[in-house]
Amino acid sequence: MDRAYKVYSIENGTVIDHIPTPLALKVIRILGLENEGIMTIGIGFRSDKQPGGKDIVKVENRELSHDETNKIALIAPDATINIIKNGRVAEKRQIKLPEEVREIMSCPNPNCATNVLGASTHFLLEKGDRIIYRCRYCERATEVNADLLTSR
Amino acid sequence: MASFRGRSIVSIRDMSLEDLDMIVRTTEAVKGGKYSGFLRGKTVATLFFEPSTRTRLSFESAVCKGGGSVFGIADPAASSQSKGETFADSIRTVSGYCDVMVIRHPVEGAARMASELCSIPVINAGDGANQHPTQTFLDLFTIKEQLGRLSGLRVGMMGDLKYGRTVHSLTHALSMFGNELTFISPPTLKMPDHILAELQGTGLSFRTVDNLEDAAGAGLDILYVTRIQKERFGDPQEYGKVAGTYRIDRDTVRMLGEDIRIMHPLPRVDEIDEQVDATPNAIYFVQAHNGIPTRQALLGLVTGGIE
Ligand SMILES: [Zn+2]
Repeated sequence: MDRAYKVYSIENGTVIDHIPTPLALKVIRILGLENEGIMTIGIGFRSDKQPGGKDIVKVENRELSHDETNKIALIAPDATINIIKNGRVAEKRQIKLPEEVREIMSCPNPNCATNVLGASTHFLLEKGDRIIYRCRYCERATEVNADLLTSR
Repeated sequence: MASFRGRSIVSIRDMSLEDLDMIVRTTEAVKGGKYSGFLRGKTVATLFFEPSTRTRLSFESAVCKGGGSVFGIADPAASSQSKGETFADSIRTVSGYCDVMVIRHPVEGAARMASELCSIPVINAGDGANQHPTQTFLDLFTIKEQLGRLSGLRVGMMGDLKYGRTVHSLTHALSMFGNELTFISPPTLKMPDHILAELQGTGLSFRTVDNLEDAAGAGLDILYVTRIQKERFGDPQEYGKVAGTYRIDRDTVRMLGEDIRIMHPLPRVDEIDEQVDATPNAIYFVQAHNGIPTRQALLGLVTGGIE
């Protein structure tokens, strides 16, 4: 069955595929796209690579920047990005973890200035093999998880 | 050469080896009487949103000795914060009254936030469990002064290594210079794994032991003692047992080696026997006094009074 790909195709925009189910809505929130025009969302498709299923998000008439698509790597490092122009794939894009993350991630330390004094969150990617971000305020190192990522 | 003029001093993580070297050398020169009046015409605010009399007086003394003037709040209940003004507004307002701001706050990251809210230099005098960089600078200066160098040393750290921000920051700094560390603590208060992980791949080699006897053969140059707080233990008996084990007296000094220097960030309770005070091994009072020239040096550097 190739029903997985019967999500409306788009003429122009950005297709984000291979998002692990059920993170499609989270991806939209991380990108701040909730009120940014037409989107098609597919949830729970079967995927050989993703045993838990995959989600797809198609953003119409908007070519996401590299800074934007790299944010997706925070929760969906295996997501793939296609930029569509005139019904054709104009660019297949790799994503990589952003060096810094502002606002969309919250700090798990309850005594952090971002949680108590109203500082906007700001994390820097640590060097090393594991995916760890360090809060610029309380300086705690933190592993990213979807619960820490919110809307702006 | 590193320039400090206008720069905020928030965290040891912002410091390069060159920066630390510069601070230690400037402290040396200040203590040697090379500079005077370098804070003349400068006003320093000491904003202590949590009380710490010792640290505040040390900063205020440093300002006076440099010829500057100082004002501030010592008690959070007296500040406009208690009337509901936001932290951000307090900082923006006070930054217009002074040339440098010294901040102590119970919230982690408060000093970083303050440094971003205003254009004058902010010096972190402690932000919760996070950082207290001037303590680390004075520790480094004391080591340099007393042992003549900051690298190739064998340093033992003893006590509460889990929660002690002082030992965390000093460990970070000593790792930059290349030293050998021995961590001595009860298993429940050992150095956190995330700090040990950070030490891998630095110039520092380390080992972990859980009693002083095991550290005895290490030929330590320095033993840095910190307090084990009662509150860390649910069971008072357990605390009594642990506190008794991590205690320094003349016998333990002899066991560790006659040349060992004992440091402590003070105040102490009973983790170092008073018998040790009069021995040449005890350098913790010199260390405490070194807080003044260290803070003088820092204030001089960030105001541009010392170039
Ligand atoms: Zn934080």
